Amino acid sequence: MNDSEMMLEETAVYLEETAATDAVIREPNSYICRSFTRSSVLLTRTHLNYGVKGDVAVIRINSPNSKVNTLSQELHSEFMEVMNEVWSSSQIRSAVLISTKPGCFIAGADLNMLNACTTSQEVTQISQEAQKTFEKLEKSTKPVVAAINGSCLGGGLELAISCQYRIATKDKKTVLGSPEVLLGILPGAGATQRLPKMVGIPAAFDIMLTGRGIRADRAKKMGLVDQLVEPLGPGVKPSEERTIEYLEEVAITFAKGLADKKITPKRDKGLVEKLTSYALSIPFVRQQIYKKVEEKVRKQTKGLYPAPLKIIDVVKTGIEQGSNAGYLSESQRFGELAMTKESKALMGLYRGQTQCKKNKFGAPQKEVKQLAVLGAGLMGAGIAQVSVDKGLQTILKDTTLPALGRGQQQVFKGLNDKVKKKTLTSFERDTMFSNLIGQLDYRGFEKADMVIEAVFEDLNLKHRVLKEVEAVIPDHCVFASNTSALPIGEIATVSKRPEKVIGMHYFSPVDKMQLLEIITTEKTSKDTTASAVDVGLRQGKVIIVVKDGPGFYTTRCLAPMMSEVIRILQEGVGPKKLDSLTTSFGFPVGAATLVDEVGVDVAKHVAENLSKDFGERFAGGSLEMLRQMISKGFLGRKSGKGFYIYQEGVKNKNLNSDMDSILASLKMPSQPDVSSDEDIQYRLVTRFVNEAVLCLQEGVLATPTEGDIGAVFGLGFPPCLGGPFHFVDLYGAQKIVDRLRKYEAAYGKQFTPCQLLVDHANNPNKKFYQ
Amino acid sequence: MNQNFKMTSLLTYTFKNLPSTSKWALRFCVRPLSSSSQLQAAAASQTKSKKTLAKPNIRNIVVVDGVRIPFLLSGTSYKDLMPHDLARAALLGLLHQTSVPKDVVDYIVFGTVIQEVKTSNVAREAALGAGFSDKTPAHTVTMACISSNQAMTTAVGLIASGQCDVVVAGGVELMSDVPIRHSRKMRKMMLDLNKAKTLAQRLSVISKFRLNFLSPELPAVSEFSTSETMGHSADRLAAAFAISREEQDEYALRSHSLAKRAQDEGLLSDIVPFKVPGRDTVTQDNGIRPSSLDQMAKLKPAFIKPYGTVTAANSSFLTDGASAVLIMAEEKALAMGYKPKAYLRDFMYVSQDPKDQLLLGPTYATPKVLEKAGLTMNDIDAFEFHEAFSGQILANLKAMDSDWFAQNYMGRKAKVGSPPLEKFNNWGGSLSLGHPFGATGCRLVMAAANRLRKEGGQYGLVAACAAGGQGHAMIVEAYPK
Repeated sequence: MNDSEMMLEETAVYLEETAATDAVIREPNSYICRSFTRSSVLLTRTHLNYGVKGDVAVIRINSPNSKVNTLSQELHSEFMEVMNEVWSSSQIRSAVLISTKPGCFIAGADLNMLNACTTSQEVTQISQEAQKTFEKLEKSTKPVVAAINGSCLGGGLELAISCQYRIATKDKKTVLGSPEVLLGILPGAGATQRLPKMVGIPAAFDIMLTGRGIRADRAKKMGLVDQLVEPLGPGVKPSEERTIEYLEEVAITFAKGLADKKITPKRDKGLVEKLTSYALSIPFVRQQIYKKVEEKVRKQTKGLYPAPLKIIDVVKTGIEQGSNAGYLSESQRFGELAMTKESKALMGLYRGQTQCKKNKFGAPQKEVKQLAVLGAGLMGAGIAQVSVDKGLQTILKDTTLPALGRGQQQVFKGLNDKVKKKTLTSFERDTMFSNLIGQLDYRGFEKADMVIEAVFEDLNLKHRVLKEVEAVIPDHCVFASNTSALPIGEIATVSKRPEKVIGMHYFSPVDKMQLLEIITTEKTSKDTTASAVDVGLRQGKVIIVVKDGPGFYTTRCLAPMMSEVIRILQEGVGPKKLDSLTTSFGFPVGAATLVDEVGVDVAKHVAENLSKDFGERFAGGSLEMLRQMISKGFLGRKSGKGFYIYQEGVKNKNLNSDMDSILASLKMPSQPDVSSDEDIQYRLVTRFVNEAVLCLQEGVLATPTEGDIGAVFGLGFPPCLGGPFHFVDLYGAQKIVDRLRKYEAAYGKQFTPCQLLVDHANNPNKKFYQ
Repeated sequence: MNQNFKMTSLLTYTFKNLPSTSKWALRFCVRPLSSSSQLQAAAASQTKSKKTLAKPNIRNIVVVDGVRIPFLLSGTSYKDLMPHDLARAALLGLLHQTSVPKDVVDYIVFGTVIQEVKTSNVAREAALGAGFSDKTPAHTVTMACISSNQAMTTAVGLIASGQCDVVVAGGVELMSDVPIRHSRKMRKMMLDLNKAKTLAQRLSVISKFRLNFLSPELPAVSEFSTSETMGHSADRLAAAFAISREEQDEYALRSHSLAKRAQDEGLLSDIVPFKVPGRDTVTQDNGIRPSSLDQMAKLKPAFIKPYGTVTAANSSFLTDGASAVLIMAEEKALAMGYKPKAYLRDFMYVSQDPKDQLLLGPTYATPKVLEKAGLTMNDIDAFEFHEAFSGQILANLKAMDSDWFAQNYMGRKAKVGSPPLEKFNNWGGSLSLGHPFGATGCRLVMAAANRLRKEGGQYGLVAACAAGGQGHAMIVEAYPK
């Protein structure tokens, strides 16, 4: 078992939805052009083509050379051209808008188009153009049916809800949503005005403020789509292709029905819905809702994210002052938000996340089909869970039946929770659980393609396990070690085949945390790395690949910050105050709570090891505090007591008053000029950032992107800052160096800025992201 | 009362079948002439244009004859009966039709799908009730809509391996009554109550009762693995193969029209009348209702609303019924003086994706069984395919005719080709005759055998799809006249 991981659930789910954009895409360009049998108009355009079936115009979107359709300026103008032809043609009475790209309707606005803008006016301009187009579409006298298969996000959703009718495939890949908020912006093409009318104010806020993706069946219940189409299996052509064709056929019948007024786009509202909409017609009720939502947002974002508040504001303006004011406000706030640091940071993270979901080491020679996990503890079972639910055959081995049983139950519970949430059927759960084989011996290891060990963090134990495993596995089998701090090179010293040894550092809880840190030694072969990345991607992870060294990247960045945490506590800042200072800076979990979650013993173990390697740079707090806590049994959450007291079922945790004597005995004087609230925050963050930059300087990190992704997704570095490297770029290297110098003067070498950071400070043109 | 009922139905048979007894008498006269099997084979080879499918060192297995009670819409005349009543009626009909002495029957196998919990081995209860020797073992098999196919091939296996010489195979389904259970919570409470010894214990169990315990549990109508109902899957299948509502309605109309004609012309000779206690004697199927395309077009889709294509009119309906066939080793049949109706030859079970290819069993099974028998589509004179839905039949025909499907999903080089419609389900099918899940297989085999005799062909191909994404096909070879 390996407990030294972060418990940062909030960060894990953060941005998960944006990933949908990328995740939903499978085969590029696998669609086959269909010819129109009765087309009277056939013009070749780049992103669109259209033909006429009877009196229905069928407009098909498919941007060339891209896995997704994005709402670019080019697509926008082609769409207007086509619509003008539709409106002016006497033959056409209705239209169907459909994408022929598998798994994607329109995945959102073209982010490059926004990034190219240098002023908020330019962005506002883009927004207003889109608003105008969509308003024309909304007022179309010829009904337009949006036929949605695959991701329909951001601008794609805004386009769809401007149509008169929506039909969506009930496919897992069909996701509707407004993820703009996750990129620090707002929906800028009318969604803030249309959604509240369409699904009601509360649901509209939910969609726009969480940015979460909504599956088709739920969208139907909410009134976001009018009809569902079941995905088809194979017929005389591939199922994906036929499903799109079928969707088109169904959409055409509905388009005709709408034109003939046989179908009305209005849907029956249930009693609850009617009551809600009645309640919302009362201004007082609406004011209460705005207030409540705003309170909740402020509490959750600590005021660090401007976008959600602006969304509330724009929705409010539209409802209370009319749609002209609403549209104007939407476009202006959109322009302003696009220029904020937060938005740039979040967009950078989004791009980084996309990059870290690719295997830059290429396909491994042999795909891992049989996985074995050693150790059925929290980590081992977690790794097994994210493997079996992707169809990987997995052996879970432990040494005792109770330990194994606990691990198997953890996997089952993880899957069963999804059944309760209805994202899995019980049958799917059972088939997935069948991929897991629990055992106490090494039977079947001769067929394993990869073994991931997740045994106790003890070098001797890891050596013993490695030798045992190498005696039974085939030559091609990769041996991966899940450790948070033990150098992989040291583990590999007893290996007969060090080129097959690699580190795979998972974060706890494995099924929630998106990050996987892969550690390569000088001897690790490229194919071994490719294989580890491949397995990680199949497990759904965002992956950074770093060089071996004490603490690798993530643990190494965290350690100096933790040292500072202890120092700050010694200086008399209470755990509660420290927690609030860190969360208000944007960390999802407070620093003192983090120590409790990680485990005091683990923190001490890591800190001792790393301070041996790094010496004074990791100085600051006294490890004596951790030692005393351990001697009193205050190991953190797992022992029920740490800085706080943890009781089953009690939500609000209380301070552990027995800590007072320890804190008092180790008390150190604080220095007033470096102990303001802001200074405390920066003492923590600058040490983190300095170490991260040093990792890049030393080559532990290959790219700043991986540094940012690792910090945000593994350690909960504030997403609004975009990770340490984005932070340096956006905040300014000079300012950070100044701060470090100031603290260096007060405390010493642990604050000495590294050379790369100094270089950046000296040359303002130097940026980690150009 | 049961005894009484048995007597009446026996009497009815005797009475109703009087005209046919003369035919039987004739056959008994003929029997001595053909008692030598060698002579028989020689005669056969002279009259046949095609080779026979006999295999060296494997016993030839024949269907002596087979019967079924009329297939009825559930909720009609059979609605007060139990499944073993129907099965018993079929067995008695078979005994009567073939005059086989009960004690020569070595074994009895029946297929059924929705089991009546009181008679879970319905084969045994029906056999005992029909007066078979209590020394004749019987078992029940289940394989969704191909349960009685499984019963027949089980019989084939028992005979081929030399375990038995004479086996009765059949199937039964009673959809008028299905086991509706108490909820799991209620069941648990009742079982706990049973174990409770003292009043206090009982009270404590009863105190846990909640009103929602009373909500009943129905037998699953949907596929367990996918939670999708079969009609829903059929609608998607039809859409996947781009089969229109009109095509489906036309095919359903064809089925009903052909069934009506077969009924009127007396071709459905496997039917034995059934005197239902307290009701009139049932003599014919009651689900055959040729309608018009206009009438059918008015129906709303039953599963995918509002734009799906599968309706009540182009789906098979819930049916009550039972069937039974007498299967023997050829030499045994001949030794007993029988003139069998057909050989049961190669057969094949297949299974595939229960989600998207739930009903494509025939497509997968057909080329395989033909290959195994060394035949091609052209060799088949009578096709008898189970019609679950019009859309399912038409999808199978299209799939069999698609090289793309054969190459991408069946791992074959080329399509097998689709059966010509003029040889296909000529006397109606499950859509019109009805589909008692467990009993359809025997009906298909007897329809194929009777058609070959009537129409003069040599080979029949029987195929069916089944829940769970399974399928079956079998070659039936006409017994030389």
